[in-house]
Amino acid sequence: MKILYFSWLREKIGVPFEELEVQSENVHDLIKELIRTDQKYALAFEDIKSIRVAVDQKLIQNLNVSIKNVKEVAFFPPMTGG
Amino acid sequence: MNKKINNCFISVNIQKDDFDVNAEIKSIGTRKIIGGIANFIGVVRDTQKEKEELVSLELEHYPGMTEKAIITICRDAQKRWEINFVKVIHRVGNLKIGDNIVLVITASAHRKESFKSAEFIMDFLKSRAPIWKKEHYKTHSSWVQSKEEDELSLKDW
Repeated sequence: MKILYFSWLREKIGVPFEELEVQSENVHDLIKELIRTDQKYALAFEDIKSIRVAVDQKLIQNLNVSIKNVKEVAFFPPMTGG
Repeated sequence: MNKKINNCFISVNIQKDDFDVNAEIKSIGTRKIIGGIANFIGVVRDTQKEKEELVSLELEHYPGMTEKAIITICRDAQKRWEINFVKVIHRVGNLKIGDNIVLVITASAHRKESFKSAEFIMDFLKSRAPIWKKEHYKTHSSWVQSKEEDELSLKDW
């Protein structure tokens, strides 16, 4: 699965994206799984309320959304376009 | 990315290059049905939050998702108002004070539909299109924080 990071999340994780084999079945568990692998994820996901998530390029409202068979999950702060 | 849905032509471009507002308006072409064209141009300003002057504004986006998200916003606008043409150009990369950031053009038979739909698209674009701004000053840089009022303004629609 491709996991992408944008803005300050990208800076905290240190890469714009990574390809990972993950066990988790939903976004909530994916975040926990990442945090278990390295301290940098714990720091990046510290304030989970300030993080937005897109699954296959669609914004999700609930971290229980399934990630089975999805191609990419993206994490980023609230958007500031325009 | 161009789409024609019902009788509405939707065009969304994310690009580094500047845009020419007149050329973009001309690109609508002659359509007998169009009676009012509204356009909004967002430009880089110095927010004067800091003691130093802004050196540049960096815009990052999520390629692929940005285009899709903006097209969805345009389609939502098209469901609410009878509009015939929507064009959105959003720039990314490093911009300076006074540079164009975003262009929204809407055209319809009447002015109200054009004005309203352009405002709607801009309001949603600000907090629903995956774009992030970083301000660069001489001695430091900081990511622009989203404003609560921008999110709240969406509830008015």
